[in-house]
Amino acid sequence: MDMTYTPEQIAFRREVRAWIQRAMPEHIRRKAQGAGHFEHSEIMEWHKILYAQGWIAPHWPEEVGGTGWDITQRHIFGEEIVRAGCPTLSPFGLGMVGPLLIQFGTPDQKQRFLPKILSGEEVWCQGYSEPNAGSDLASLQLRADKDGDDYVLNGQKTWTTYAQYADWIFVLARTDASGKKQEGITFILADLRNTQGITVKPFLTTGGTYAFSETWFQNARVPQRNRVGPENGGWAMAKALLGHERTLIGGIAESKRMLGLAKRIARETPVGKGWLIEDAFFRQRIARLEMRLRALEMVQLRTLSAAQLGRAPGPESSILKLVGTEIQQESSELCMDAMGHDAMGWLDSPAEALPEREQAVASEFNYLRAATIYGGSNEIQRNIVAKQILRLPTA
Amino acid sequence: MNFDLSEEQQILVESIAKFVKNDSPVERFRKLRETERGWDPAIWARMAEFGWLGAAFPEEQGGFGGRFVDLALILEQLGRGLVPEPLIPSVVLAGGLVSKLGSEAQREELLAPMLEGRTSLALAYAERQSRYALADCKTRAERSGTGWSISGEKTWVLNGHAAEHILVVARTAGDQLDHDGLSLFAVDADAPGLERLHVPGMDGQRSALLRLREVRVAAERLLGAEGSALPALAWAIDRGAAAACAEGQGAIEELFERSVAYLKQRVQFGVPIGSFQALQHRAADMYAETELCRGTMILAAIQADQDDADARAAEISAAKLQLARGGWFVQENAIQLLGGIGVTDEQDEGLFFKRLRVLQGLFGDADWHVARYQALRHFDAGE
Repeated sequence: MDMTYTPEQIAFRREVRAWIQRAMPEHIRRKAQGAGHFEHSEIMEWHKILYAQGWIAPHWPEEVGGTGWDITQRHIFGEEIVRAGCPTLSPFGLGMVGPLLIQFGTPDQKQRFLPKILSGEEVWCQGYSEPNAGSDLASLQLRADKDGDDYVLNGQKTWTTYAQYADWIFVLARTDASGKKQEGITFILADLRNTQGITVKPFLTTGGTYAFSETWFQNARVPQRNRVGPENGGWAMAKALLGHERTLIGGIAESKRMLGLAKRIARETPVGKGWLIEDAFFRQRIARLEMRLRALEMVQLRTLSAAQLGRAPGPESSILKLVGTEIQQESSELCMDAMGHDAMGWLDSPAEALPEREQAVASEFNYLRAATIYGGSNEIQRNIVAKQILRLPTA
Repeated sequence: MNFDLSEEQQILVESIAKFVKNDSPVERFRKLRETERGWDPAIWARMAEFGWLGAAFPEEQGGFGGRFVDLALILEQLGRGLVPEPLIPSVVLAGGLVSKLGSEAQREELLAPMLEGRTSLALAYAERQSRYALADCKTRAERSGTGWSISGEKTWVLNGHAAEHILVVARTAGDQLDHDGLSLFAVDADAPGLERLHVPGMDGQRSALLRLREVRVAAERLLGAEGSALPALAWAIDRGAAAACAEGQGAIEELFERSVAYLKQRVQFGVPIGSFQALQHRAADMYAETELCRGTMILAAIQADQDDADARAAEISAAKLQLARGGWFVQENAIQLLGGIGVTDEQDEGLFFKRLRVLQGLFGDADWHVARYQALRHFDAGE
């Protein structure tokens, strides 16, 4: 067991830090110092800057566009990205469908899709949930019927996050309704922009932004070559994708950024003749959460370290989502509490009433209620731990 | 970065697990807790023979040149059997201090026989009023002839009832709360003027209350420089905290595994109670806390060798908080899931519960570690 940094690794950290300083455009830097609600255009601008540098997908194998960094370098890179408050990239291509294609895609599919995921030319979204298939995902009903060389899709997906910005969607579709519900599902890629019969309608979230959306399919024709894995083998794809998602979804980076913001707000918030950061009780609240985040980060490091050694994410990774999203919510609650009356403000409050860096805090606080719901609700995560790890009996 | 055990470490862990299973199941502790000493010198000698006591000491001092992590792995396995031999007080605390501060002659006299399993040591630092503040010390050592004369009172001296030599923290200068002026002396258990009150503990282990009335010690019994013992003492207590996390990890995992087994086996309403979702979710949360404890425990053990006090303190405090909060979640629910039988002495779970509570309160409790953490330099530095 070893956790020390070599001189080369220390130099690498310096290089990354200096590069981010140089590469980050001024308007992004300004937002990065606050709560950091970035527009889609800003996220993609940053995506393309990272791509140009060759640093867009450190977690991908080198031969398909990864950086070839080892686990420690990736960790250092991740830390520096968080430290600088960089925009969080869209996870659906880089973190989900990309790794899935690398694992299960045909050579044609890899060649067709991976380069444009890397370059940011094509943005992806996820078509999993349906109005009647939430936690019970396997009961999904969106139909894919074979017709010639195509699948014809009919039905509705929901919580298709950022579908309004996406070029492509990956969907789980029903190709067989006769047997066990998990056995008739197929994983299909659909072109959102150029397929007739697909309609996207975003929801306004309680965070005041359009994050989620609904997507309808009406006789939408998708070529069969866009199927990933075997027909009726989509459930295995979904589970493999979930494995890739697990290590990302804990939001450790986001929590670190928000804890930093909570400290910054506390430092700049006057209380009587001093500052909130001097309040022993508030300091201890921050400290407790930061210490818990450290514990979770250690779980993540162990997961990554195991992956580096060629092992699948161990069972310990399943708690990253469970604990990580709770910490994420609490971090945003701390920011809100630090703001006092300012927490009443909203995205369009004038800067005279609400400092710029605080303008997105309430939005994020509200939106983050979704963190313990999406990606398999935390109750579902507990079911998974109980059944798949602890092997507790079924009722 | 690499969190895998080396081949040697794996062999070590397996051999201790085997020892606990075959030679020191909880049953052995149950018998020993009825005895005056509370632990077995013959087993202590065997532990020395196996190389466990010397695992983390330098080879030139009679150890095996390993790192603190090795000792943590040993303690974790011993924790699974509630093994009562005094590794934390004798090896981690007092042994660590003799190794760090002692002269060659002092190491020869105090450390060598302990590492051979012929004697055991203790560290007397806490006082009635000190709580967890290491600098808070009323016990004084005055110059007397060529040596010293120590007077004062020390509480909750782990293994103080059995140790042949006790390291006593005493003030040679300054006032009660001053950070300077603390010195460390080795006092023999049979020194005239030393009164040892035998104190049985909640966890079935023993400690002592020491009363020192003009206890004479020779000049060569001062360890390290006069008046500047605090940094070394803080280092030793941090390692004690890391050790508590390691031993505690064994107890937590034992409690957790026993709980899961019980959920599968206990039938009510015609089904195993582990099929109830309310209890499944509780078990899932216990699993999460157990894994978080494991993570911080490893990090604390790695940092225990760190000389930079702030870097060491951050990880050890995070680990000790997790032991106190996350470990507590596991232990309270282990009893709850077991039902009434969990509150009987015949069931092992209650013994693990009590040992954990003792470990949680030693070397700084949750509040103390949170307070220390928020006072560290880095806390205010970064955004």
